[in-house]
Amino acid sequence: MDDRSQQPPDGPRIGADEWVARQGEHRRQNELTRRLGRAGERIHPAFRFFALVAGIAIFGIATSDQYYQRVGFNTLYYAALALGLNVVVGWAGLLDLGYVAFFGLGAYAYALLDSPKFHHHWPALATMVVVGFGCAIVGILVSLPSRRLFGDYLAIITLFFGQIFYNLVGNLSLTNGQNGMTNLDPLNFFGFHITTVRQYFYVALILFTVVTCVLWLVNNSRTGRAWRSLREDQMAAQLLGMPVNWLKLLAFAFGASVAGLSGTVFASLEVNIFPNNFYLSVLITLYAIVILGGAGSMPGVMLGAFTIIVGLEVLATPDNARLLFYAVIAAGLVLWLRPWFWVPIVIGGTVAFGFVVSAIATAAWPDATKPTSFGGQNLTMSSWVVELTNPTRGGAYAYGALIAAVLGVTLLKGWVQKVALIPVLYLAAFAWENELALNPSVTAEILLGALLITLMIVRPTGLLGQHRVEIV
Amino acid sequence: MNWDEFVQLTVIGLTDGCLFALIALGFSIVYGILKLLNFAQGDVFMIGAFIGYFVLTGFGGPDAPDMPVPLLLVLMFLFAMVGCGLLGVVIERFAYRPLRNAPRIAPLISALGVSFFLQNSALLVFGGDRFYGSAELDSGLYRFPQYGLQWGPLQISILRMLTVGLTLVLCLALTLLVAKTQIGKAMRATAVDREAATMMGINTDRVIAFAFFVGSAVSGAAGVMFGLMFDNITNTIGFENGLLAFTAAVIGGIGSIPGAMLGGVVVGLAQSYTTGYLPSGATFQDVWVFSLLIIVLLVRPTGLLGKADIRKV
Repeated sequence: MDDRSQQPPDGPRIGADEWVARQGEHRRQNELTRRLGRAGERIHPAFRFFALVAGIAIFGIATSDQYYQRVGFNTLYYAALALGLNVVVGWAGLLDLGYVAFFGLGAYAYALLDSPKFHHHWPALATMVVVGFGCAIVGILVSLPSRRLFGDYLAIITLFFGQIFYNLVGNLSLTNGQNGMTNLDPLNFFGFHITTVRQYFYVALILFTVVTCVLWLVNNSRTGRAWRSLREDQMAAQLLGMPVNWLKLLAFAFGASVAGLSGTVFASLEVNIFPNNFYLSVLITLYAIVILGGAGSMPGVMLGAFTIIVGLEVLATPDNARLLFYAVIAAGLVLWLRPWFWVPIVIGGTVAFGFVVSAIATAAWPDATKPTSFGGQNLTMSSWVVELTNPTRGGAYAYGALIAAVLGVTLLKGWVQKVALIPVLYLAAFAWENELALNPSVTAEILLGALLITLMIVRPTGLLGQHRVEIV
Repeated sequence: MNWDEFVQLTVIGLTDGCLFALIALGFSIVYGILKLLNFAQGDVFMIGAFIGYFVLTGFGGPDAPDMPVPLLLVLMFLFAMVGCGLLGVVIERFAYRPLRNAPRIAPLISALGVSFFLQNSALLVFGGDRFYGSAELDSGLYRFPQYGLQWGPLQISILRMLTVGLTLVLCLALTLLVAKTQIGKAMRATAVDREAATMMGINTDRVIAFAFFVGSAVSGAAGVMFGLMFDNITNTIGFENGLLAFTAAVIGGIGSIPGAMLGGVVVGLAQSYTTGYLPSGATFQDVWVFSLLIIVLLVRPTGLLGKADIRKV
């Protein structure tokens, strides 16, 4: 993937231009996708969005399963959260690592204003207005000390702010520490109480719609254009007379406000909230959503939220997780291996390799491995992947070896790389069955981290992101 | 004010500060060359602590070590430093080098991913808590029951003295490395202008990899020290202490080696005094350090020893 960095430095490598040119290579599309894209662009964004909202609303009516409604709710509020993060990261180009704290701030504000703790039972709309403006003000205050400085300082301060928030709510008696806030009121609009998951699904849909509309309007306003110019070149924007500092603060305020509102909706459905709901893993999930979808692109962020949240949900159940794992690998091979004939060779080779290794391993170490079982549901899997009887040690080694092998394969080139893929794929399956699948929650977080790294290297624009040029 | 308590808090603050200073050193070296906030630095530190632990248990454990304790300590530091150095080089090669010319936010996000990846991989592979059993080591080291040096109100455990000594040695060595050696000169040239350095015949990729090696090795040493001093290591110590080390680097002046030292000590002292003198200071020490960071940034945006960064377009 970075063949060019292997070239001697006298090749055509001219700083940022070279990087931009290399990213341009990913733009090659085939005729079909280009035509579809053009047809889509002819429809006004408002209609496209209307169709999307209508589709989601119909989904809410159609499904009566509470689990699906809950997943839908999660996707929607994560989409709203990610849209808020997108303002700061995608449009203004600032790194906000304390974003989750604002989400938590909104949730805890709701918890303090609408719970038996202090016997306040504010109407939900009043709480939301307070939270929306309150979070915006806190967002401005947090970014204020670093307004004169580069983004790096901002990243450290916001990261620390997130940690402080976690530390405070986890220890203050006001927020009940690690025991969390319990028994929050259900949302109540003008005396109408929201109780069922389906109703919450629609509340989240309204939140998502409002956030999208407001941010879409902002993005197409003077402010939105100013943000983008700030992202592309801060100095040029300043020279053109834009209030750079004020724009940064404004981006933060918008992001924080959206996060706070999502927090209130989240808290009201959850009923009980804990400091751990607002910590690093949520932050990484949000970054994965924004980067996967494409920083700066609203449809991209929505698509990212759908992919990541549904993906995480699938990963939580072992059988589906296995299916997803092998499906993603197979899809990756089909998309990435060129010319085509390598796809059957590599997949067939891996399967054959697996049967051989599995047969040898079960014959050589009958005690350490589970016997090959013929029959039952997992006929192919259990006779193909060696399953250890005691996977604690071997699984960990396999995982370490897998990381080394994957990194090593990226260094190879040509047919050697493709042949080397065969044992690596088998190793991946082995590590999956013996280590990763046994710890689903940790695995999900590892995959999110790996996804961020891979995306930044292979496709920093994400699925639907716009290409941008940074002139240094 | 209780004088004995003050002295003891100062000692604790100084030694804890040395740990932050060591992580901040590695961080500053990388930042000085690449202008990249390596969020993974803290997690490399955590891996170092685990490497030290596995060397310790591999050679018999703290109760019955196979060899004299000083030799064992040397081995622990050696393995952790080399292991972490190599880890740093690998991270640089695979996560940062492809993004060398990308927009500045790209390697930051990649660094975030690396940090999260390492933190959770450690949880998967190493599991939860591990214990160094430092008390046994300490007594095995010099047969003192608990304290290495006792002089009036001053009580310094041998491990704390070791920490301060090693920090000073490493800091001095790094300063000399950057100031006097040829590779140090190449590092400075790369920091000033990477393209110009390439044109002058400096293999900048190798220089950057070297900087990562050195920075991560120092963090690895800090990891072993953390294990020796605090006994209990988990997969999250990297994030928590890394954050304090970044703060130390910013307070001292990001990118400056003496600044990292000074910042580390300031953060350590701030932590220790707030723990000692403020009500429930131990719980909220992070809050006070954060306030300190904000104040320093408001008063001196470039940090205590940092130079104003003049940008030319």
